[in-house]
Amino acid sequence: MGYDEQEYSQKFSLRTWKRLLPFLSPYKKAFALMLCFNCLTAFMDVLFPLFQRYAVDEFIEADSLSGIWIFAAFYLCVILTQTLSVLGMGRNSMFIEMTVGRDMRREVFTHLQTLSFSYYNVTPVGYILSRVMSDTMKIAGIIGWALPDVIWAVVYLCSALVSMLLLNWRLALVVMVIVPLIALVTAYFQGKILAWNRRVRKLNSRIMGAFNEGITGAKTSKTLVIEHDNSESFRRLTGEMYESGVRATRVRAVYVPLVLFLSTMAVAAILVRGGSLSLDGLIELGTLSAFTTYAVGIFEPVQLVAEYIAEFISIQASIERVTGLLDTEPLVKDSPEVIEKYGDSLHPKPENWEPIRGDIEFRDVTFRYPDGGEDVLSHFNLKIPAGTTVAIVGETGAGKSTLVNLACRFFEPTSGQILIDGQDYRERSQLWLHSSIGYVLQSPHLFSGSVRENIRYGRLDATDAEIEAAARAVSADRVVERLENGWDSDVGEGGDRLSTGEKQLISFARAVLADPRIFVLDEATSSIDTQTEQLIQDAIEHILKDRTSFLIAHRLSTIRRADLILVVHDGRIVEQGTHRELLLRRGYYHELYSRQFAEESSAKVLQ
Amino acid sequence: MTTETKLTRGGKAALIGRFLRGVWGYFVLGLLFAMLGMAFNALAPQIIRLTVDSILGSEEANLPAWLLGLLGFEELRAAPYRALWIAAAAVAVSAALRAVCGYGQRVSLAKGSEGFVKGIRDALFAHIQSLPFEWHTAHQTGEMIQRCTSDVEVIRNFVCNQLVEVARTLFLMALYLSIMFSMNARLSLFVVLFVPVTGLSSWLFYRRIASRFKAADEAEGELTTMVQENLTGVRVVRAFGRERYEIDKFNGKNDGYSQLWIKLGHVLSLFWASGTLLTSSQVFVTIIAGTVEAVNGDLTLGGFLVFVSYSSSLAWPIRSLGRVLAEMSKAGVSIDRVGYILNSEPERERGLALEPPMTGDIEFSHVSFGYEGGEVLHDVSFTVPAGSTFAILGGTGSGKSTLVHLLDRLYDLGEGQGQISIGGVDIRDIDRSYLRRSIGLVLQEPFLFSRTIAENISAARPGAAESEIRRAAHIACVDESITEFAEGYGTMVGERGVTLSGGQKQRVAIARMLMQDAPVMVFDDSLSAVDAETDAKIRAELEKNLGSSTVILISHRITTLMQAQRILVLSDGRVADIGTHEELISRPGIYRDIYDIQMSSDDRLLVGEEGENHGI
Repeated sequence: MGYDEQEYSQKFSLRTWKRLLPFLSPYKKAFALMLCFNCLTAFMDVLFPLFQRYAVDEFIEADSLSGIWIFAAFYLCVILTQTLSVLGMGRNSMFIEMTVGRDMRREVFTHLQTLSFSYYNVTPVGYILSRVMSDTMKIAGIIGWALPDVIWAVVYLCSALVSMLLLNWRLALVVMVIVPLIALVTAYFQGKILAWNRRVRKLNSRIMGAFNEGITGAKTSKTLVIEHDNSESFRRLTGEMYESGVRATRVRAVYVPLVLFLSTMAVAAILVRGGSLSLDGLIELGTLSAFTTYAVGIFEPVQLVAEYIAEFISIQASIERVTGLLDTEPLVKDSPEVIEKYGDSLHPKPENWEPIRGDIEFRDVTFRYPDGGEDVLSHFNLKIPAGTTVAIVGETGAGKSTLVNLACRFFEPTSGQILIDGQDYRERSQLWLHSSIGYVLQSPHLFSGSVRENIRYGRLDATDAEIEAAARAVSADRVVERLENGWDSDVGEGGDRLSTGEKQLISFARAVLADPRIFVLDEATSSIDTQTEQLIQDAIEHILKDRTSFLIAHRLSTIRRADLILVVHDGRIVEQGTHRELLLRRGYYHELYSRQFAEESSAKVLQ
Repeated sequence: MTTETKLTRGGKAALIGRFLRGVWGYFVLGLLFAMLGMAFNALAPQIIRLTVDSILGSEEANLPAWLLGLLGFEELRAAPYRALWIAAAAVAVSAALRAVCGYGQRVSLAKGSEGFVKGIRDALFAHIQSLPFEWHTAHQTGEMIQRCTSDVEVIRNFVCNQLVEVARTLFLMALYLSIMFSMNARLSLFVVLFVPVTGLSSWLFYRRIASRFKAADEAEGELTTMVQENLTGVRVVRAFGRERYEIDKFNGKNDGYSQLWIKLGHVLSLFWASGTLLTSSQVFVTIIAGTVEAVNGDLTLGGFLVFVSYSSSLAWPIRSLGRVLAEMSKAGVSIDRVGYILNSEPERERGLALEPPMTGDIEFSHVSFGYEGGEVLHDVSFTVPAGSTFAILGGTGSGKSTLVHLLDRLYDLGEGQGQISIGGVDIRDIDRSYLRRSIGLVLQEPFLFSRTIAENISAARPGAAESEIRRAAHIACVDESITEFAEGYGTMVGERGVTLSGGQKQRVAIARMLMQDAPVMVFDDSLSAVDAETDAKIRAELEKNLGSSTVILISHRITTLMQAQRILVLSDGRVADIGTHEELISRPGIYRDIYDIQMSSDDRLLVGEEGENHGI
């Protein structure tokens, strides 16, 4: 996930925070509770020094223990209230963090299911993932925990000040001097600390990268005999880390003791001022002791608020990232009329869907990719009767997927029409078309879970017998035989416990189970052992029967079988026809074919 | 993966000790500062006590006589307003000293901790570089990186935070409790009673909750995996119209994860609340019992204030001590995991480490070799004459890459597996680095480092002149492509820079190899991603510049192979045929079959089509 984070604004922006309101408003009750609990806790915290004061003045100074039981009972009540309040606060905060986070993740994830391929084509997965997961968690964490902390700090600060003013306003003024001082010092250091932390984080990810390279590049390093150089440059990197780590600590090492020092200075000031007042008989000793406790206790909330201001500003970036994603509009959208009749992808109305035969027609289609500068198709016309097999050939990166993307409505034509069974497909819902398409990818994608679950993805209500029949039809049952737990074997994350060939067979079975009218096969180039290769060839043959199909093909055997071959070069269709016609033309297809033929045949001889 | 041996307790300590060697002084210094700081911290309440008792009140000053004399205490009592100023100044000075100690403590510990972790990282990196190739193929990259990063972080936390924290808390308790006991033993007993309760309850709690934290972490992992799979498989999701299904699945996991934490929140809140209860109760007991003691005359008012202050300062550290102790057990596993890497056997020089001239004939004699899965090469013998170009033709799994691995001593032949020699010297007797430096090797799927292109090309000769780098790039026919990049040779490769095509990578790797100026060069199918024209161009350039080097070419392309003086046909790990191009096409065999296919006229293609229809 090596994308550089954008730098976002460093100023507080109310507009950004307002975007969070819809996520917070369902939990008004919890936020009211949050306010209650935190006020309560803060009040109790302010009460504690007063008990100390009472003990000093009414018992110790008065030299009498009368009434101490009532005092103790009161004190215990406050402790119990405090305990219950902390209990409620913790539960409530966790509830808010988790529900707000959950709702945001749900919203983002649901929105992602509607975004177009053009979005996925240009956005790295890691980038999206960090929005769904870490950004939402950061925001929810701040709402759940930092917000109540700030409420507590503000309430504590205010009530402590009131309490001090009531006890002795002259002494209260002395303490109040340190409040802005601590706030200023914190604000000054906070910026520096954040900057250093960022630097240390970046170095950390560089060290991780270096380890990665040191391990994956081990063979190359050995052959070049540069192990020593590598270790040297790694040592330089960790040296940089050492410097930054120590310097970052230096900043903190000045800041924390300084704040503590300031609050002790307040104690010293109380000693002088309060002491003289006491000598003059203007203040009780108990009050004096309560003041020293307040002076020590007050620096924490001040520091907390100052620190959280920086944190609240830095979390704005996360909010902007999440709302930015939610604001991204899908490029391919069903019109309101279509949704009205056929339903959208989340609430389909399959009872209104017309059955699909599989005739596809490109009528005067011009197309350019949203991020591309020039038309890759212009005024293109093509009729594909139901049941036709169309092969698309060309070099890697020549743009072979374009036609398929259009036919499947992953993209829509810039101008012109694409007709399915004689109807412009924009007059139908996306899901109507998609539920009739079978798609097998070049690098077959499986989901974590069992083999059975993966095949069932093709038709969710399929019985086990139907699943097994579909698998048998494409020889995927041979894969299952080899697995320890048979149909219930876990395929691993992304299917990585299976070989590419095995994954491909499973994904064929998945497509067969779906029994689509239109079939797309993006064929693998990677070398698969001969045995599997033969199985795959048979599977393809089985699947293509009676379906309209697009083959993005590399293997000659597949290409030759097609009813129509489209040859793509530099993003354009340069030739089209049957295998024989194209060969006789001795053009680009001839060249491609000869090369491929030589390679495949050589490989066969060498096996 | 095979089960790894675990370190004994002593082995773990030795591992930690090894990395503390250069930095333990910082830890000692840091702890000394910490102790000094705590002592100064304990001073302020004592000054307040003295002030309250003997300046504002009329108690006898409870201090040694010499100290009272030094302070001129009797005079001060006579002038209480001035005495207050001096007391305040004393508080300020002790606070300032504590701040200085706080700074010293943090900086010393940071130096110790950063130095400690740098030591581990450097040792890990260097050791991984020195581990045999076999080790690298046997272990998963992700897993090893995790050990080098997260596990190292756990160890750092153990040594630099947890151990230090335990030492500090123990000292704090010793200091405060001893002062308290010297002031009033009975009252101190009340405080001491709380220590085991507070500490133990937190220790027990964190031991028991560990599994629930793990479950919550796993749920998060599952949720992340699900999202990631949905995003990478977006085409499958859309093509099958499974948006609703995916959202339902996501909601299930998302809700489950959130519920897990909400429930965990209930338990945690209970723990936090119990913490509040215990620590507040400790202060409560101190105040009530202290009041009784004071009223009974066993404690001065100032002494009472000191007790309350010390007792509050002790409460939370004891609480967190329990947590630290409970979490320390995690470190053992991490030390094992890191220790496993550091204790793996590095590449060792077994033989004589000779450095003979490398310009002789290369001879493979009766080489049989295999990996864990079984034998790959069976009794392979051939000779590559010095200064000649030698080609190898073979399919996937024929063992050609193994030949290269053996020649470069990425694997060593064992007893009875035959012998490889250069100029008559067994390569096991040649210094490994010298051997590898003398053999330039280009792999089929070359690895480029995420550095600039220039740095990649000059990897084997850092600091080489730009003209040399460009010359190598020119021979490899990649100079032109490089100069087309905006930053030319300064362009970064990989994640943080441009992505090179397969062909470009191969050519940069060739340029990199050329910089080695090696007497032996091996091209392991290293032009497979380059089109035939460029292939020919590169070979022509190489021809001009190779000089007297011995060249071994592995390829599928007849046009490449036929340039060689001798061609070896490898099939299933055996020598199927060997000879010149003319010899090989004059007799039936794999080579001639392939020659026929690749050099055939176009008409045969259509015949091929007919053949396919008849089921070949």
